[in-house]
Amino acid sequence: MSRLSERPDGAVVGEALPHESATLHVTGLALYTDDLVARTRDCLHAWPVQAPHAHARVTGLRVEPALNEPGVVRVLTAADVPGVNDAGIKEDEPLFPTEVMFHGHAVCWVLAETLEAARRGAERVEVDYRPLPSVVDLRGAIAADSFQGAQPTVQRGDVGAGLARSTHVFGGEIEFAGQEHFYLETHCSLAHVDEAGQVFVQSSTQHPSETQQIVAHVLGLRSHEVTVQCLRMGGGFGGKEMQPHGLAAIAALGATLTGRPVRLRLNRTQDLTMTGKRHGFHASWRVGFDDDGLLQALEATLTSDGGWSLDLSEPVLARALCHVDNAYWVPDIRLTGRIARTHKTSQTAFRGFGGPQGMLVLEDILGRCAPRLGLDPAELRRRNFYVDGQATPYGQPVRHAERLATAWEQVHATGDLAARQEEVARFNADHPHRKRGLAVTPVKFGISFNLTAFNQAGALVHVYKDGSVLINHGGTEMGQGLHTKMLQVAATTLGVPLDTVRLAPTRTDKVPNTSATAASSGADLNGGAVKDACEQIRGRLTEAAAGALGVPPGEVWIRDGVVGAGGTDRTLTWAELVHAVYFARVQLFAAGYYRTEGLHWDSTAMRGSPFKYFAYGVAAAEVEVDGFTGGYRTRRVDIVHDVGDSLSPLVDLGQIEGGFVQGAGWLTLEDLRWDTGDGEGTGRLATQSASTYKLPSFSEMPEVFNVALLERAHEDGAVYGSKAVGEPPLMLAFSVREALRAAVAAFGPPGTSVDLGCPSTPEAVYWAVVAARSHRPEETPRSGPTGADGTRPDEPPPPDPDAPARLPESELAPHLLGGPRADVGEGR
Amino acid sequence: MTTAQEIAEGQPGSATVNGRARGLAGITSHTTALDWLRGLGLTGAKEGCAEGECGACSVLVARPAIAATGESGAAQATGGTEWVALNACLLPAAGLDGQEVVTAEGLAGGGSAPERLHPVQRELADRGGSQCGYCTPGFVCSMAAEYYRPGRADGSAEAGDPEAGDPEAGDHEAERGATEQGPNGFDLHALGGNLCRCTGYRPIRDAAYALGTPAAGDPLAERRDRPPPAVPATRVSPAPSGSARSSGSTGGGYLRPGSLAEALEILAEHPEATVLAGSTDLGVEVNLRGARPAYLLAVDRLPELRGLAAAGEQIRLGAALSLTEVERLLARRVPLLDDLFWQFGSRLVRNAATLGGNLGTGSPIGDAPPALLALDASLVLASWRDGGVVERVVDLADYFTGYRTTRREPGELITEVVIPLPLAGLTAFHKIAKRRYDDISSVAVGFALDVHGGEVRRARIGLGGVAATPVRARATEEALTGRPWDDRTVAAAAERLAEEGTPLDDHRASARYRAAMLGESLRKLYAEHPDPALPDGALA
Repeated sequence: MSRLSERPDGAVVGEALPHESATLHVTGLALYTDDLVARTRDCLHAWPVQAPHAHARVTGLRVEPALNEPGVVRVLTAADVPGVNDAGIKEDEPLFPTEVMFHGHAVCWVLAETLEAARRGAERVEVDYRPLPSVVDLRGAIAADSFQGAQPTVQRGDVGAGLARSTHVFGGEIEFAGQEHFYLETHCSLAHVDEAGQVFVQSSTQHPSETQQIVAHVLGLRSHEVTVQCLRMGGGFGGKEMQPHGLAAIAALGATLTGRPVRLRLNRTQDLTMTGKRHGFHASWRVGFDDDGLLQALEATLTSDGGWSLDLSEPVLARALCHVDNAYWVPDIRLTGRIARTHKTSQTAFRGFGGPQGMLVLEDILGRCAPRLGLDPAELRRRNFYVDGQATPYGQPVRHAERLATAWEQVHATGDLAARQEEVARFNADHPHRKRGLAVTPVKFGISFNLTAFNQAGALVHVYKDGSVLINHGGTEMGQGLHTKMLQVAATTLGVPLDTVRLAPTRTDKVPNTSATAASSGADLNGGAVKDACEQIRGRLTEAAAGALGVPPGEVWIRDGVVGAGGTDRTLTWAELVHAVYFARVQLFAAGYYRTEGLHWDSTAMRGSPFKYFAYGVAAAEVEVDGFTGGYRTRRVDIVHDVGDSLSPLVDLGQIEGGFVQGAGWLTLEDLRWDTGDGEGTGRLATQSASTYKLPSFSEMPEVFNVALLERAHEDGAVYGSKAVGEPPLMLAFSVREALRAAVAAFGPPGTSVDLGCPSTPEAVYWAVVAARSHRPEETPRSGPTGADGTRPDEPPPPDPDAPARLPESELAPHLLGGPRADVGEGR
Repeated sequence: MTTAQEIAEGQPGSATVNGRARGLAGITSHTTALDWLRGLGLTGAKEGCAEGECGACSVLVARPAIAATGESGAAQATGGTEWVALNACLLPAAGLDGQEVVTAEGLAGGGSAPERLHPVQRELADRGGSQCGYCTPGFVCSMAAEYYRPGRADGSAEAGDPEAGDPEAGDHEAERGATEQGPNGFDLHALGGNLCRCTGYRPIRDAAYALGTPAAGDPLAERRDRPPPAVPATRVSPAPSGSARSSGSTGGGYLRPGSLAEALEILAEHPEATVLAGSTDLGVEVNLRGARPAYLLAVDRLPELRGLAAAGEQIRLGAALSLTEVERLLARRVPLLDDLFWQFGSRLVRNAATLGGNLGTGSPIGDAPPALLALDASLVLASWRDGGVVERVVDLADYFTGYRTTRREPGELITEVVIPLPLAGLTAFHKIAKRRYDDISSVAVGFALDVHGGEVRRARIGLGGVAATPVRARATEEALTGRPWDDRTVAAAAERLAEEGTPLDDHRASARYRAAMLGESLRKLYAEHPDPALPDGALA
């Protein structure tokens, strides 16, 4: 057991504690950025002027009419920017654009005494636009060869040889939608400037250091002149990793120009129409299996819809390519990725960060191919699991692969799956109009930032003379319970009761150069740094205690605020020891630092070991589908998930359940729609409010929801043996979509292969039911031995990344090609 | 009567928030209760969507408790008070004049000390019911309203059977949807209008189902036994044109008259006034689309619009009763409406929304019209003429004239919805939407069929979402009437039904799906009721 992962006796980590702010949450006293406005005098309010075109040149901008509106104080335009007019780090995101790149793009911002006055002022700003041609859908972008950024390939073996040796080869494609984060708290920044010109921005940001960096470069300042603080976020989910920066810069610019505090809070429609979302993807593929259903080869081209600028699209794509394999060994594989440029919001990080999109491709393939291989989908999945000794397509050994099988068996046992499958079959035999489906799917998810440099963190821990402890670290709290875990880590390392430790809000002037709180790595990285700082302090205290107790330092123990030693009955309290140590002139505070060891990644070759470890999980879901409407309910979900040795079991349980439901929302309910017609509204987001973009509510919660943490799951490479938990459970929701597929198949004859739209809304399910009902077994394309020339008559052409306009045809995706969905005017 | 001058000079008084009087001076007619509360520093209630969809702004408001009395089931105030959860983002602050509000801060007695937590807060905190915490104060208030709902714990709730929550309970989707209750009588639909993006809801449900009953001395429980706050006549002046630099506000006046006659007289004088009932639709226009009506005339508390009587040959529903009140007062006597209620918005919306408002906006996707069309309902429209109140009755089937236009004339108010008796024996309301709770219909279908001796004697079918107005499916009604209730009739009628209306493609559904759902809806009705008998509890 490593020193990092070993737990002392009496550890506070591992206790199931409520969120550290729970009482503040329930009483309404927890403060979020916009709540500070009521406590801020003379605040100005910002409102954007949003362009009504998907793509246009700004040919004129007249702000005077707005300035004549009562209450309007100033209109911010490009001319006001003292530094760099860019909201990103790649210089492809002008903060005040002269070329509008998406419908709703903010051209300038109005500052006024009230939000109402700012809104009316924005209505009066006169902007001239010269519309330009636009591309708003992914297929259109592919056809137009509209791409941006890198086009990486992950490759192992010889995919041609693998397909040739396969006895069953299938080809197809899938297109699936993105997802709106819909954090309940929309983007918000509140900026002010102090008497010395120091800019202070309170922001709902997952990445305060980068917000600081961009505010500084927009204002033409150096980083030490800008401080960013994040009290807490009302949800982030990746949506506040990159997107807050430009908004914070607008607020800061307004504050420096007016000398007054400026509040910029997007309302829901502004947030939906201006900020990035999860990337939707298109994938075309060919896959080969042997007669036992073992995967032999996979060739796929994944194209993400990046929106108007690169943002985080490249790392998202890299993670997607690194997760297509999910839990499965594919000997010969070639995965190519591209990022389409479309005139839409710049798509960005979202919980899973491409992982879900990559995994969806292969899970969809397995779900579609199992009936055609004559195999139960669960059996097909199980046969293809990684085993110890195998490596991913990018070359990383799959450590602890046996946990897949362990979790799989545990879900089968505790979920009573065998008996329930029989029950489902009985139900389906008795009910012509309602069918149930039960499916089980695995998750393997790599933990660490693909970009190695981000895998570092800092902390600053103070012990005051009275023994009280204050910790600062670089991670932000968005509801995931990071602060709760950090308090537990500090209390454990120092050997004090939890209430001895307090946590200060995340600020860039306490811990510099922090990484985004993202990639599920918040607890791993910041926990390592907090632990390091606490160990330094504990080491000094131990030395002092050894002197006081007259024992060697190795004999000293500190537990639950009591200091003692082997070989003596004498004890000190923590406070007594701290007090004495202060008078002995010993440093009672420390800066901690952590970097994840053993990572290496070649982003050009797309090879290496980018992940410290993999998190595993298995979920079984049962649904019931109404054949008349396509409506459905999730009857039961059983999950076994690997969080290592949990730092905080109640927090981890919440992450698993919440991630699962959010994933189910993405796959089945949440339905982003853009106007893809060629009229004036082209590129307009049609689902731009809570009434049109529906997130899961109580009605989507699994009626029975059993979650267990995998036992004996110690992770040697992470703090106190734990594993990251933020993202991996989201992908357990594939079980819901696969259960829907199973239920739909039950409307058809045995062996029906179901092609299911994604998101699998009631409408998508309904059309799949219609297709399943009309399915006749003899229509199923045959799969048989490959001919002498390596091809078969019913086989689609292979994907060719160099010929994006010639996509392979899917024999299984009629709705994508002019079947039930293509004529519905939704353009997807 | 109230003159324009009086309106211009009016000032609202104050509201009691968490036991403390807070002046309403300075609000405009479009200031929401949410913005007003937050401006007071009570920032627990949050804006998540500003359109009544997420519930993050939910607060408790004291409302008169009403109950059905006698054989007729007439509505009558009990003299007591009820705590009702409302979306503060939709509620005009002016409507709080003289009222009592409790927020999450108030439930805890103003502090976060664990020992002072309200039972609802205690359960949510201990069970991991909050993660980011942003939606939590809203959940707390919605949950507290259900905690205090009269009759919750003794099982005399308006909705629900003890076996609720058991997915096997009912074979019909509507029945299963309507009854989701904990062992403590907690109706999960009370939280259907609150969204949480973090938890996945399971710990919130468990917290709700773990609640006991209010302890002796619980101030909010005791408050229920005292009279509700009076509703004063309230006036908020229109903002002067060229308003002060410091306010930067616009918008017209707000007026809450004391009687129907007064309301109609004002409406006769100011036909441009926008009638305001539950504000669940207008509030969205104000918040999301910047609507600033010249005059708001609040009619939601007019006593003449808040009666309910079920006697003789009809049921008469006051147009300004909230959907929640109608549901409770009808006490399951109109099964078709029981299918409707749980699918109409969320509890937070139903606590404010009224039938008058739903019919008054004339929306083609309102959920009440298809149900009421199937019930053969008519509307009573009242106006002020020659110094008195004049009424006329319009069949709902003739009421809608075009997209959001109706036969309601300027100066007219909907006062009552009249449902003729006896009710049809076989009724259903099918709502097709992406989400089961609180979504807007892609298609809604109301059915009311009389099937006797295996033959359809009479058929009424109302449709929503398939045309510019809610419509009757007359061709389908004809295809059913006088024919045997069997496979053949249904198959033919379902094809006919699929061709009724002129559905559109939009972000909710394709036209093709909408049309298919019409036909499927009839097939489903038949599959579930191949041999219909009168439903239990139906008014014969």
